[in-house]
Amino acid sequence: MMLVSVLELILGIFIVVLAFLAINVKSLIKTVMFLSAMSMLSVLAFVMMHAPDVAVTEAVIGSGLVTSLFVFTLLSVRKVERKQ
Amino acid sequence: MLQYVAIILIMLGLYGLLTQRNVIKIIISLNVLEIGLNIFIISVGYVTDGVAPIFTSTYPTNAVAFVDPLPQALVLTAIVIGVGTTALGLALAKNIYNQYGTFDLDEIKGEE
Repeated sequence: MMLVSVLELILGIFIVVLAFLAINVKSLIKTVMFLSAMSMLSVLAFVMMHAPDVAVTEAVIGSGLVTSLFVFTLLSVRKVERKQ
Repeated sequence: MLQYVAIILIMLGLYGLLTQRNVIKIIISLNVLEIGLNIFIISVGYVTDGVAPIFTSTYPTNAVAFVDPLPQALVLTAIVIGVGTTALGLALAKNIYNQYGTFDLDEIKGEE
């Protein structure tokens, strides 16, 4: 019981620090990577609150699909910039 | 414990939504707010010492204390809708970049 509480505290501090970095870092690709890491830690938070189906969906969609969408958008935009 | 983290995440998302000038940063802030809201809704249905709401051979009856499955179903829908919102925002951002050549909202206003 005490161990779970300490783990929740550490997890919460990591999530908040990663969210702050994701909002305030200048580089766009680093921002996307911090958001992906925060999403993976939120999967651990869902598992701790006994919601395994939400955890699986968040791991696949939130951390995989959203990150790939951001990365593909940034890559296509850079290609347009280089062409002109 | 984790619901305080969720409230801090919602406040961070609102702060980023109001202060950032980059379109990609605004969509990232929207995602942070969405994750915080999902964690908060899940933590509403959490029962102390409850088990996951799945019938297994270890818990074959519903006499044990299950975690509330209704917020989990709602959050499962909200995650998918959030992906749709993010994809729409990124398509709009790509159109903005193709037309104005920048992601910054302040530079768009001066250029025209």
